[in-house]
Amino acid sequence: MRDAKADRLDEIIASHSRREGPLLPILHDVQAEFGCVDEASKRQIALALNLSRAEVHGVVSFYHDFTAEPKAAPVLKLCRAESCKARGVEALVDGAVAAASERVKIETIYCLGLCSVGPNAMIGNAVHARLDAPKLEKLIREIA
Amino acid sequence: MVMVRISDDALAIACGADAVADAFARAGATVERVSSWGMQWLEPLVEIDGKGFGPATADDVAAILDGSSPLGIGVIAEHPFIAKQQRLTFARAGKTRPTELADYEATGGWKGLARAREIGAEATVEEVVASGLRGRGGAGFPTGIKWRTVAAAVADQKYIVCNADEGDSATFADRMLMEGDPYCLIEGMAIAGLATGATKGYIYVRSEYPHAIAKLEEAIRRSAHLVAPFVLEVRVGAGAYVCGEETSLLNSLEGKRGEVRAKPPIPALVGLFGKPTIVNNVLSLAAVPYILAKGAKAYADYGMGRSRGTMPIQLAGNIKHGGLYETAFGITLGQLVNEIGGGTDDGSPVKAAQVGGPLGAYLHPDQFDIPFDYEAYAAVDALIGHGGITVFGEGADMAGMARFAMEFCAAESCGKCTPCRIGSVRGKELIDRIMARVPRQRDTLEGLPQMHNAPTAPRSLEDEIVLLEDLCETMKFGSLCALGGFTPYPVMSALKHWPEDFGARQSLPEAAE
Repeated sequence: MRDAKADRLDEIIASHSRREGPLLPILHDVQAEFGCVDEASKRQIALALNLSRAEVHGVVSFYHDFTAEPKAAPVLKLCRAESCKARGVEALVDGAVAAASERVKIETIYCLGLCSVGPNAMIGNAVHARLDAPKLEKLIREIA
Repeated sequence: MVMVRISDDALAIACGADAVADAFARAGATVERVSSWGMQWLEPLVEIDGKGFGPATADDVAAILDGSSPLGIGVIAEHPFIAKQQRLTFARAGKTRPTELADYEATGGWKGLARAREIGAEATVEEVVASGLRGRGGAGFPTGIKWRTVAAAVADQKYIVCNADEGDSATFADRMLMEGDPYCLIEGMAIAGLATGATKGYIYVRSEYPHAIAKLEEAIRRSAHLVAPFVLEVRVGAGAYVCGEETSLLNSLEGKRGEVRAKPPIPALVGLFGKPTIVNNVLSLAAVPYILAKGAKAYADYGMGRSRGTMPIQLAGNIKHGGLYETAFGITLGQLVNEIGGGTDDGSPVKAAQVGGPLGAYLHPDQFDIPFDYEAYAAVDALIGHGGITVFGEGADMAGMARFAMEFCAAESCGKCTPCRIGSVRGKELIDRIMARVPRQRDTLEGLPQMHNAPTAPRSLEDEIVLLEDLCETMKFGSLCALGGFTPYPVMSALKHWPEDFGARQSLPEAAE
């Protein structure tokens, strides 16, 4: 009982077949394409790489970037590491969460490497620096 | 036609460089996107005929072009922040287009690799040994000795792994190097491959650095013919801080959970896929082309004691002039924070500086005369780590920062060893109780007759602090890797220097020792 998703997954796996230790690159592609690494994907990947389902599950659950279910809302990652704390990110958190409500999810990230111009945030691959409360709320409002 | 140079470094982009570049293009200027000078408080920094203007927005474009802008800082190369540096690894910063091969060659690129090919593997290793270069990722292990070990190992396959999982707060030199001068890293890795007989290299970059990943992939594609038969591949991390630890990184590269491995065996002998492997930080590898091109002595002439060469120091946090400052070892923390960094950004007195990332100690302004040197920092229970400095102003809550260190360790622990996995959770609870001034009470279990050896009195605040010290001791000496092992540094240094933040009496017992 093959569906289009399983076929696409096979293609992804095949595209990494020449790599050594291909699991992480495969999982990145699966996460990007399907928004998560679900149970069926784990089993299919395990079968293809001659791993147990538990091994694949262990890897998926270890890393913050992989999720078992698709995210319900678009995500804004707010850096709350030391340098951004030193520049006052903690005072922005409550306002950001309130502005986000159910529509946007505010996640914590530790460091974007922009440590002298914080507080910083990341939406998708786009980075934003020198945030204050109005700028952050504007960012949250503009997330599609 | 005016030629305008604007950085396409992630930090400049986050500060709005793309909009500024577009505005210049619309105004009829030719825009060249180059690497960042590292004067981050001025980003987006606009360069026209060597003169700088920043921080610029799209609205400033007209004024900059007609010469009426008040943002001018004069000739960039003569700015005190730049002129006083000793840039060896970051010699090209601000000057070249990152992925332009012609720019790299025109600025002395590939000379190190050419010389390595000329003098051969053995002499190349000895050159790196003689330079005194030590691992810039934090551990400070002599790079040449590691290379010698791998070179001497016999195997059908060896690997060069570049650790670009720069997860520490206040560190961005790896990111700047990868985004601004990717060929320098590629050349360093090719030299390492030649010196040790490794034919395959991996660059493990954290997923939080999409700009660096894109630049590296392009640079690898464009330079493949120049480094052949050496082959390079970028691998992207997946958001686990602990994967910056070398054995955890190797597991991650192999497609496993990023759990730390016990050492021995050392990765130099049993590394990636069980093969002899060099794991070096971006900055260590990027220092190598200079060493080979100019000779070990030229590099070793910089520095002090056993800390030779230069260190790209990163000034961050609540600091007025934040950015990248590469200089020889020996400069004091006070010079870095107050003179070069200009003190805090919000104008308050400097309260603390954390050196070496989340696992580094908080240093009190009383200690700011300490010179930048591996041994000098170790002597005061601190570490220079990857050379990142986070400055904190008056408003910082040091007990909160100590608690955060434990919280961070709990969130990022790989879970393999008990002191780190459980110690960090208990540490956070302990600091919570200390901060709330509510020491732990006896629970029902301790009241049972079988538990007659349990203390009968509830804990006092002093007891809790002693327990925290005890816990830190256990984590420091009992953890498998630096995550659990170094988390006590920020905790104990905060407790030692700012006991008042913990709500304790000023006469708190001398911590840690």
